[in-house]
Amino acid sequence: MSVIKVEDLSYVYGKGTPSEKVAIDKINLEVKKGEFIGLIGHTGSGKSTFIKHLNGLLKPSKGNVYIDGENIWDNSSKIRNLRFKVGLVFQYPEYQLFEDTVYKDIEFGPINMGLSENDRKKRVKMAADFVGLEYGLLEKSPFELSGGEKRKAAIAGVISMDPDILILDEPTAGLDPRGKDEFLNHIKRYHKERKNTIIWVSHSMEDIAMISDRVIVMNKGKVVMFDSTKNVFFRDKELEKMGLRIPQITRIMSRLKDNGFDIDSGILTVDQAVNEILRYLKRREID
Amino acid sequence: MIRDVTFGQFFPGKSLLHKLDARVKILLVATFIVIIFIASNYISLAITLFSIFFAMILSKIPIKTYLKSIKMITILVLATSLLNIFYGEGTPLFNIGFITITKEGINNSIFVAARLIMLVIVSSLLTLTTLPTDLTDAIERIISPLKLFKVKTHEISMMMTIALRFIPTLIEETDKIMNAQKARGADIESGNLIQRIRALVPILIPLFVSAFKRAYDLAIAMECRCYNGGDGRSRMKILKVGTIDYFAIIFVLIILILVLLLNIKLPVTMR
Repeated sequence: MSVIKVEDLSYVYGKGTPSEKVAIDKINLEVKKGEFIGLIGHTGSGKSTFIKHLNGLLKPSKGNVYIDGENIWDNSSKIRNLRFKVGLVFQYPEYQLFEDTVYKDIEFGPINMGLSENDRKKRVKMAADFVGLEYGLLEKSPFELSGGEKRKAAIAGVISMDPDILILDEPTAGLDPRGKDEFLNHIKRYHKERKNTIIWVSHSMEDIAMISDRVIVMNKGKVVMFDSTKNVFFRDKELEKMGLRIPQITRIMSRLKDNGFDIDSGILTVDQAVNEILRYLKRREID
Repeated sequence: MIRDVTFGQFFPGKSLLHKLDARVKILLVATFIVIIFIASNYISLAITLFSIFFAMILSKIPIKTYLKSIKMITILVLATSLLNIFYGEGTPLFNIGFITITKEGINNSIFVAARLIMLVIVSSLLTLTTLPTDLTDAIERIISPLKLFKVKTHEISMMMTIALRFIPTLIEETDKIMNAQKARGADIESGNLIQRIRALVPILIPLFVSAFKRAYDLAIAMECRCYNGGDGRSRMKILKVGTIDYFAIIFVLIILILVLLLNIKLPVTMR
């Protein structure tokens, strides 16, 4: 069964004013439970508007959103409960920190859910583990942390609600390369253990290639591609027209192939590329 | 939504009112506010109302925009004029229970309502047709004589410019933070007063933190561009009083004199 189903979804900003603008236009898609979805698109393509519909922060101008088969606007008094099920991490989430300790800040979501103190404790520990936040930092003020730690704390604040669907809007933007790799690995492990559905918005094609099962490509408010990661990055010419590109390593491999090397061109990560080249070299030695 | 606060936001245009010198506009609006308060009989009230309406048409801004700013004070207008009906001693007209409604009371409430509405429209006329930067520039020029008393006029107007410039930014920021906290299940819309005030904490703290950070960054950016106050600073746009300005001044002066004369000649309906 599909955990997210979006039907003819459209959203218009500033309806009825001179600055009226169609942000997203007739989106139809379905996401299966446990999938890791990458969402890419040029700035202003409607990605952020789209994800705000999935947890009911925006009400569609037209169309429907179904989570677990239920139309989320059928009963608008339940929207708040939906937000515990669909966790949304915004861009630069460290700006939402407000409590006097990191622990209390991560606890904010679980408190709103009405969980007991014992459960909350478990949730905070679990969330800190998943994002790789040291326990020693939990009693510090969030404003004393470094940028990377703040980011982790803020994301933990959403993971602590233990959502079935986790949506992350450019979670690695502005992190240093090591922090980025570390975070990618943490999320990968989180996804493996929790088996929940994740939607990852990113401008880094390398990140998307490394972790997602399927990729949604948005352009000018429309979903123009929704396919397996390999198939999407196969259409490099179309992506470039939209101001996007394919991962560097994929491009290198397809150039090699164009120049007569007999290798698989649907390569997404550096590790895969290394294996493929080694295999090719070995084959050539035998010949 | 919080973004819908449009009261007094600049409305781009090329009308005569947009072209008026900002300093002249401020002074004329001040004069008009005086006129609104000295108009004390129905004929002078009508003249004032008519000339304001004339200015509204000259501004070429949709009437809807003005109605929006009036809508914001509907409750205030209704409440004050309702209170004024019961207040006022004089010729009784009729009784409702133990309350006596007088002719003066009704006059009072009509005048109060009309004055409040006209005040809002006149001040909207100013802010809708003047760029905030021009407005603060003009204020700086108007208060510049205070320099003699060691008042830092340039600094005051710079602070006003910065404050105005950051209103939209802060609104956007508030929107973002509200969404982020709502996504964590914050309940802002329901509950009693105390619960609602407490629900604001998760929004206000991050907002203040980022506002201070912005202020700090801005100060550094200004220093990097060698900003050192108003001394010896030249302007890109120089305000100039032209023909339309003189016409506008004459127009307002005529109305002022007319209203003054009517006040003397006709009986006073309301003080």
